[in-house]
Amino acid sequence: MEILVCVKRVPDTSENEITINKGGNDIERDDLVYSVNEWDNYAVEEAIQIVDKVGGSVTVVTVGDSESEEILRREMAMGANNGLLLTDDAFEGSDGKGIATILKAAVGKGKYDLILTGAQADEGAAQVGGMLAAMMDYPYASLVNRIEVGDGKLKVGREIEGGNQEMNEIELPCVLSIQTGINEPRYVGIRGIRKVASVEIPAMGAGDLGLDAGSIGAGAAKVKRVDYFVPDTGEGAEMLTGSTEEIIAKLIEYLKSKGGLK
Amino acid sequence: MADIFAYIKHADGVAEDSALELMVAAKKIDPAAKVMAVVTGTGANLDKVCKEMAAVYNAVWKIDNAALAYPNAEVVRKALANVLPADGIVLLSHDTFGMDLGPGLSVKMNSTFVADIVGIEGVDGATLKIIRQEFSGQASTHVTCDISGGTVLNLRPGVFQPDGVKAGGDVVDKSGAAGDLSAKRKYLEMVAAEAGDVDITKSEVLVSVGRGIEDQENIELVFDLAKAMGADVSCSRPIVDAKWLEKARQVGTSGQTVKPKVYMAMGISGSFQHLGGIKGNPFIVAVNKNPKAPIFQVADVGIEANILEFIPALTEAIGNL
Ligand SMILES: Cc1cc2nc3c(=O)[nH]c(=O)nc-3n(C[C@H](O)[C@H](O)[C@H](O)COP(=O)(O)OP(=O)(O)OC[C@H]3O[C@@H](n4cnc5c(N)ncnc54)[C@H](O)[C@@H]3O)c2cc1C
Ligand SMILES: Nc1ncnc2c1ncn2[C@@H]1O[C@H](COP(=O)(O)O)[C@@H](O)[C@H]1O
Repeated sequence: MEILVCVKRVPDTSENEITINKGGNDIERDDLVYSVNEWDNYAVEEAIQIVDKVGGSVTVVTVGDSESEEILRREMAMGANNGLLLTDDAFEGSDGKGIATILKAAVGKGKYDLILTGAQADEGAAQVGGMLAAMMDYPYASLVNRIEVGDGKLKVGREIEGGNQEMNEIELPCVLSIQTGINEPRYVGIRGIRKVASVEIPAMGAGDLGLDAGSIGAGAAKVKRVDYFVPDTGEGAEMLTGSTEEIIAKLIEYLKSKGGLK
Repeated sequence: MADIFAYIKHADGVAEDSALELMVAAKKIDPAAKVMAVVTGTGANLDKVCKEMAAVYNAVWKIDNAALAYPNAEVVRKALANVLPADGIVLLSHDTFGMDLGPGLSVKMNSTFVADIVGIEGVDGATLKIIRQEFSGQASTHVTCDISGGTVLNLRPGVFQPDGVKAGGDVVDKSGAAGDLSAKRKYLEMVAAEAGDVDITKSEVLVSVGRGIEDQENIELVFDLAKAMGADVSCSRPIVDAKWLEKARQVGTSGQTVKPKVYMAMGISGSFQHLGGIKGNPFIVAVNKNPKAPIFQVADVGIEANILEFIPALTEAIGNL
């Protein structure tokens, strides 16, 4: 099975305190720790496990700047066979449709039976996989937490509300968005990274992909972020301050009065 | 202004709560708009939901077809793309079904798409201005969306609280326009979530642990605190993904819905999928090392601290009472 996994380089929200810059047009990017989108890591692990079972190869692809190459390398250290960087100034400012359009062009340059994305990325949109599938006229299933490979088709579980699992049969080729918890992504050590450090990763731009500028980038985007802002959320929590002893004493009083201590 | 269409999710002949939320959102987009409920399914249960929605919306568009008996997004998408006008404004709830349907529907209708909307500012000409969040709720954004050629909008569940607004209208049968509903994805069956040793849905006090606990061996600290308090231990999703605790302890939209008196969120950022599982307005205590963590917006009491130090100190203090 030839599998393409779409991955994105994102600020790691569990490592970073996100703050908005002075102009309100971006977050503070200095000193941010970046990593591969959490959901994408599960998608790559799943692809590797499928190929281990039934043969084939795993290609990881990203739309991003030159720095995005590092996450392709990381996923190759995990065991992905090939990397593909889609990069071009013309891609900048693309909305979800734009990203899906670029990925579609890349899919057209290869021959893939299965395309995986993460369920969602840093913008919490959960959109690129479903858009790509519809553009390709491939069937789509989101939030997949189980895959069984059959003949020309897959049996997939979708995790829905309450943790219930909706089982579906889906024909290949198809696009699936992967939910966390489907597997346990393997650990990538320094040695693994070193092994792929000098592997050549091909890059493609708008010209190579046969994309005309009118369908991608800021010019084509019909959904645009205007600014970042700090919402007025009312009072929020009463923050307890003082020494740890003082804070704990206040908290215990609260817990007693609210029935939190038995 | 184009007509607005709200896709109604329902089960066993009853509409889900989101059905009323979508009406509220529609009125925020345009108070004068004609808002249609779109209800797909088959048979008597479908008719029941249509009748229920006819009391709320300006009209109900009913699509009855055996292929729609189970809401398989691939099939529903085809029906909607065939039935709805190309410039329509389509509203979906941003739940696991809306995520499955929305992006692809917008491609097939050749319209725009915006996910997980938390606020609607209004329409200026053909531009809709809305509010979203990024980075797990750590940053808010204003987003503009061109709606001249139609749009699909996914609205965050629970944000647009029903306000009792009722229009009232007729049920229009659109089944004939549904077209070919064959699909390359087939629904098979539902597998129910596994039950665990503890039933956190019954707990009065929960000590809930998130990724801030950093390491599997630190989970013990949380059990010690819970024991001292007479509480049960619950958690956020990453703790279950890492297999540090069982799925039955997960609070959230894809886990359990809990209704405790007191909820202690320890090292949990406060994503909407997590908060979606906390009901009954409990007293929420949040401990987090990031003062900007979204959990502090919903908590009653907040403490900026490292939980690895704070939890043992609290456990000890309670033990000394
Ligand atoms: C369809 C779908 C369904 C989902 N369902 C659920 C669900 O049911 N339940 C759920 O929980 N999530 C769910 N999620 C995932 C959700 O989006 C978040 O990713 C998740 O809730 C984050 O968990 P967290 O807060 O523990 O981790 P993070 O967001 O990583 O937050 C960790 C927090 O800990 C703090 N921290 C770190 N170290 C320390 C320390 N030493 N001391 C104090 N604080 C510290 C950090 O500042 C941060 O705020 C779902 C996602 C999707 C897409
Ligand atoms: N720039 C990108 N390059 C490659 N894949 C992407 C990109 N943006 C999003 N994706 C894929 O789409 C998934 C969902 O992202 P989103 O729709 O942005 O929430 C991600 O998990 C990735 O698999």
